[in-house]
Amino acid sequence: MAEHGMDQETFGQFIEQLERYVRERLIPAEEDIIANDRIPEDILDEMRDMGLFGLTMPEEYGGAAMNTAQYVETIRVLSYALPAYRSIISINIGMVCSALKNGGTEAQKQEWLPRLAAGEIACFGLTEPGSGSDSAAMQTTARMDGNEWVLNGTKRYITNSPHAKLGLIMARTSKENQPKNAHVSAFLVPMDTDGVSVGKPDKKMGQSGSHIADVMLDDVRLPADALLGGEEGQGFRFAMQSLDNGRLSIAAASCGYGKRILDTALRYSTERQAFGEPISQFQLIQAMLADSRAELYAGECMLRDAAARVDAKEKSIIEAASAKMFCSEMCNRIADRCVQVHGGAGYLAEYEAERFYRDSRIYTIYEGTTQILQLVIAKNMLRDFAAGAQR
Amino acid sequence: MKILVPVKRVIDYNVKPRVKADGSGVDLANVKMSMNPFDEIAVEEAIRLKEAGKAEEIVAVSIGPAKAQETLRTALAMGADRAILVETDEEVEPLAVAKILKAIAAEEEPGLIMLGKQAIDDDANQTGQMLAALMERPQGTFANTVEVDGDSVTVKREVDGGLQTVKLTMPAIVTTDLRLNEPRYASLPNIMKAKKKPLDSKTPADYGVDTAKRLTTTNVSEPPVRQAGEKVADVDALVAKIKALGIA
Ligand SMILES: Cc1cc2nc3c(=O)[nH]c(=O)nc-3n(C[C@H](O)[C@H](O)[C@H](O)COP(=O)(O)OP(=O)(O)OC[C@H]3O[C@@H](n4cnc5c(N)ncnc54)[C@H](O)[C@@H]3O)c2cc1C
Ligand SMILES: Cc1cc2nc3c(=O)[nH]c(=O)nc-3n(C[C@H](O)[C@H](O)[C@H](O)COP(=O)(O)OP(=O)(O)OC[C@H]3O[C@@H](n4cnc5c(N)ncnc54)[C@H](O)[C@@H]3O)c2cc1C
Repeated sequence: MAEHGMDQETFGQFIEQLERYVRERLIPAEEDIIANDRIPEDILDEMRDMGLFGLTMPEEYGGAAMNTAQYVETIRVLSYALPAYRSIISINIGMVCSALKNGGTEAQKQEWLPRLAAGEIACFGLTEPGSGSDSAAMQTTARMDGNEWVLNGTKRYITNSPHAKLGLIMARTSKENQPKNAHVSAFLVPMDTDGVSVGKPDKKMGQSGSHIADVMLDDVRLPADALLGGEEGQGFRFAMQSLDNGRLSIAAASCGYGKRILDTALRYSTERQAFGEPISQFQLIQAMLADSRAELYAGECMLRDAAARVDAKEKSIIEAASAKMFCSEMCNRIADRCVQVHGGAGYLAEYEAERFYRDSRIYTIYEGTTQILQLVIAKNMLRDFAAGAQR
Repeated sequence: MKILVPVKRVIDYNVKPRVKADGSGVDLANVKMSMNPFDEIAVEEAIRLKEAGKAEEIVAVSIGPAKAQETLRTALAMGADRAILVETDEEVEPLAVAKILKAIAAEEEPGLIMLGKQAIDDDANQTGQMLAALMERPQGTFANTVEVDGDSVTVKREVDGGLQTVKLTMPAIVTTDLRLNEPRYASLPNIMKAKKKPLDSKTPADYGVDTAKRLTTTNVSEPPVRQAGEKVADVDALVAKIKALGIA
């Protein structure tokens, strides 16, 4: 059955309010967030009141029950502003809620979804010091001791972990690697559990106001029902499903921010004079603007098409991976051109172009590097070919 | 107490309006429309009065095309309790709007009618005043603050010389100025709830009001393009320039 999501008229009304909120409230607050490297509490509260943490949660758990197309459109509109705003809501929605929806037991959904929809922050722990792209090689372990799970290990680069109340943590439940990565299970870990500690936030290239840190698990004892779905060996499948969802969120973030960056480059080009004219009059500048505009349009089309396929329950691994790969690279190209259009000013922290360039850089790395996505796309192409199902 | 808040669907304040080639008006085809910003302030003030326990019910009214429903839904999503759409595809002048509002007020018996001081499309700044005259009730226009106490409302008015305070016996008509408050954003949960709030559909005929135009617009034109300035070397040159332009 296709995902219908919210009714379109109500959704349209929400987007109109969100556009205004972004323009009148979130963008003016950016400088302060960059200077202090944190989103002020009053804005976080407003974002909670606006319902931004519950976009895709089912209505019975306090969410808005958006489908994927509506979700990515919301992220695209929100991402016209500083990336930290998306970051603080996207792990709740894109990763943890999606894993709970796909794999959680009814009791787990009832316990966590309303809290996440109301804006308690969650984090998602897959990456480790020794395993990133090759995430199934993780070393964090979970073993049964009596009636309890005991977790040990370290997770690295975990977004929002310094603020999180809940961690969805992947750990191996068997020593040996299993086919289909059935050695990995997923656990719902309240972050105030004894033995859980969070490191100092890492210093990053960009994305001010959003924080990542190590999460250390030292003999963390959890009740038996902390296992997501109540079934061992499903964690990797849940994590990968969440990542499929998360990838479209990155594609949407790239399109939204890409538009902001291009609008900034366009405006600057009409204001800056060289050789007695606005530089927008030079065809070499126009070429940069035009290429950016066309690529942005291509990215937006891919994003919408991939999301529609997900909602129609079509096979969409290639499309989602392609959209994330193309849009994230596209956003980086636009950011690079924006710096170029700014000339020397583009290299200075005083102008936005400089941070656009740094902020965009992560999009081709997390939730599947460009190279890993190339592998995903090619693997599925070859598989389809072998099955005689090439399109 | 009940508060009646008329809201108008107008060209969005972020849109740069374009005049139709024949000079008959502003081109509204495919242009983004939204609630008149002064009306948003009125809705916000009504909600604040309700939140403060000074009012029980907020009724939003819009007079305009079927699409004005969207504007009413926004008012409902902000916090109004129910809405009335008086549907007409004709352009309705302030006097006709005031007559319809008077008829609605007779049915609803609100203690306060809060309007925007003007709509940003025609900038008429008349409806509230006309309504007060037709209803023979007191008015507090250009409100900067509104305080309800028992059966009276105290309004600080923004006038050229500063702030003028007036105390009105309710039922009263208040029109809002820009600095009265900062309207809230409608949240996603409230937008979803608004869908289920009642919205009545009426026509001007239901209120026995003839909306035929009394005014004729002879021409609408774009504002003249601002001319570039000129730098002068010193005060003498400035004075000479002013004299030459004949503006001294
Ligand atoms: C700001 C930020 C936030 C993050 N948030 C989270 C989070 O919330 N939760 C979480 O679990 N993780 C998170 N991560 C981790 C992120 O997902 C990983 O950094 C990412 O998956 C890449 O892994 P890695 O850093 O170990 O790089 P590596 O896997 O070491 O990759 C290094 C390079 O090798 C390439 N490479 C690796 N394998 C192959 C291959 N087979 N073929 C070709 N090339 C290959 C990669 O493309 C890359 O170019 C975050 C990272 C950052 C920087
Ligand atoms: C870190 C740093 C160190 C510097 N050090 C020095 C220094 O020591 N001494 C010094 O004198 N200067 C220095 N500069 C200045 C530097 O040389 C200039 O920034 C550079 O020449 C570009 O000029 P601009 O910034 O005015 O850009 P602009 O000239 O405004 O260019 C803006 C954009 O328009 C494009 N453009 C301009 N004209 C045309 C055209 N006709 N056709 C097509 N495209 C056009 C440019 O390529 C660029 O993309 C420094 C700058 C930086 C950032």
